[in-house]
Amino acid sequence: MIFIAACCILTFALLCVSLSIGKYELSVTESYRIFINILFGRNKVVTMADEVVWEMRLPRSMMAVSVGAGLSVAGAAMQSLLKNPLADPYTTGVSSGASFGASIAIVYGFCLLPSITGQNAIIVNAFLLSLIPSAVMVALNIFKKNTTATTTILTGIAIMYVFSAMTAMIKLLAKPESLSEVYIWSVGTLGKATWDNIGVVTTVVISGSALLMLVSRHLNVSTSGDKLAATLGININALRVYLLVVISFMTSAIVSFTGTIGFVGLAVPHMVRRIIGSENRYLLPASMAFGAVFLLLCDIIARSVGTTGLPVGTITALFGGPLFIYLLIKENKLLKG
Amino acid sequence: MRINVNGVAFSYSSTPVLKDINLDLEGNEFVSIIGPNGVGKSTLIHCMNKILTPTEGVVMINGEDIKGIPLKELAKKLAYVPYSGGDAFPLKVVDTVLMGRHPHNKWKSLDSDLDIVYDTLKLLRIEHLAMRQFNELSAGQHQKVMLARGIVQEPRLLLLDEPTANLDIRHQIEVTKLLKELSVAKDMLVVMISHDLNIASKFSDRMILMHEGTIFAVGTPEEVLTEENIRIVYKVDSNVVMHNGRPHVILNDSLGDSSDCVDESPEIGISGTPSVAAS
Repeated sequence: MIFIAACCILTFALLCVSLSIGKYELSVTESYRIFINILFGRNKVVTMADEVVWEMRLPRSMMAVSVGAGLSVAGAAMQSLLKNPLADPYTTGVSSGASFGASIAIVYGFCLLPSITGQNAIIVNAFLLSLIPSAVMVALNIFKKNTTATTTILTGIAIMYVFSAMTAMIKLLAKPESLSEVYIWSVGTLGKATWDNIGVVTTVVISGSALLMLVSRHLNVSTSGDKLAATLGININALRVYLLVVISFMTSAIVSFTGTIGFVGLAVPHMVRRIIGSENRYLLPASMAFGAVFLLLCDIIARSVGTTGLPVGTITALFGGPLFIYLLIKENKLLKG
Repeated sequence: MRINVNGVAFSYSSTPVLKDINLDLEGNEFVSIIGPNGVGKSTLIHCMNKILTPTEGVVMINGEDIKGIPLKELAKKLAYVPYSGGDAFPLKVVDTVLMGRHPHNKWKSLDSDLDIVYDTLKLLRIEHLAMRQFNELSAGQHQKVMLARGIVQEPRLLLLDEPTANLDIRHQIEVTKLLKELSVAKDMLVVMISHDLNIASKFSDRMILMHEGTIFAVGTPEEVLTEENIRIVYKVDSNVVMHNGRPHVILNDSLGDSSDCVDESPEIGISGTPSVAAS
């Protein structure tokens, strides 16, 4: 509980810091003052500084919080569900489906739903196609009896390869300009955040997380083995389907707005496990809180680099990787000592 | 508590494992199932707790067919302690044991659940392990924690798959004695699979000897553990002597070619924890 509270406070502090970072120079206190004034309706967005803080930086920071929390909680649930420490929210092939969808929108300007173009076409395509791999896995779990966690993972990986191959074909035939756009999309960025997007993503993340936490006790039992779960009164197949559906929807919604931001969903749950343990009732909310801090921090770093900043997807692994390795080594030392 | 197994048969795809099993158990006995590897002991237990559905026949608990009992209801009557419990993400001992309360509560653990957990840990004399991580424990402690999880489930029937495997002689005796005591203290039927004939003989009220997918003999240890039975079922030459009123098996030598023993593979059943890497 202390850990979650600390993360929440840290999130807010970082949020204020993040508002002051960018090309347009503002001090932390000044941007904070603007933020508070507009938030409580004392000021309208008038000046250039207001515009920068409220319309450009705040949406991006809010998006970091939502996406970080969402990917982390989804990753934690996926790892527990599949009993595999290497699982992450993309294990079901969500990212590959989404990349394929985004690629056809960017390269051919084609949208699965008629009369939608531009950014929205990318979002719609990415969302719809990212649901396909998950749908296959859910169907597998429903129709084939005795599907194990291992089969589920392997199916996800196989589908991922199929979609990656199709994306690769599109890329080979694409013009250089669209290719670069596809590439940037696939790295994952928070830069496209607007107030409208945030509403959607935040709603999905909050409701999805709530649905996951509802079954956190069942998740504990399922990690101890399918047989044991059955004798403790849990229908493991139904649980797996439920979790796959919730995780996929949540991840698809996030990915379609931001691209595939990697590493967060894999590493954050493990970092949290090191600190508070694997009891899912605490792990899920703590992963959300820490995920928000982590991605916001990464985004602050990404924004401060160079004049235009980098997509956050490049930073998560670059800075998160060494931190992750440090935590892994540190725990081993503790075990030996 | 009464469990009846009526004409149960089971096959893994086309390989028959159990053939026409009939068994009636009742009261608060401590029963052990013995027999060579691959003879269908685990499969029988899995048919009794609904992990597997028998190809033929029915299993009844207190006169009710278990097919019609929802998993969660069944879990209040019947607990299972698996052969090994390697967890991908180990929890604290207290949380591991608390899982056993799952069938009884809605969504939050109550203080009363924790009380039951601590009482059980005390009963098994492992309360000092409560805050340790499950994966840091020794095999004997592991087994006791998994046993504790089965006990807090407050079942009327406790099924155990080789609870003494991997344990040293002292822990084997301790765990088996505890199971006998529990059957009386908690008024439950305890059924365990065992490979140690002498320890099973020392504590069991009844023994079930299985042979090639059927029940070869049922009865008191004295009735079941005879030199002839052991020769036929295990293909082992032995002397059985009486010691403190219980039969004691002294092993001499294995008989004939061991290759005609039953194939090992069907014992595995549903695959366990996966270790395959993802993405």
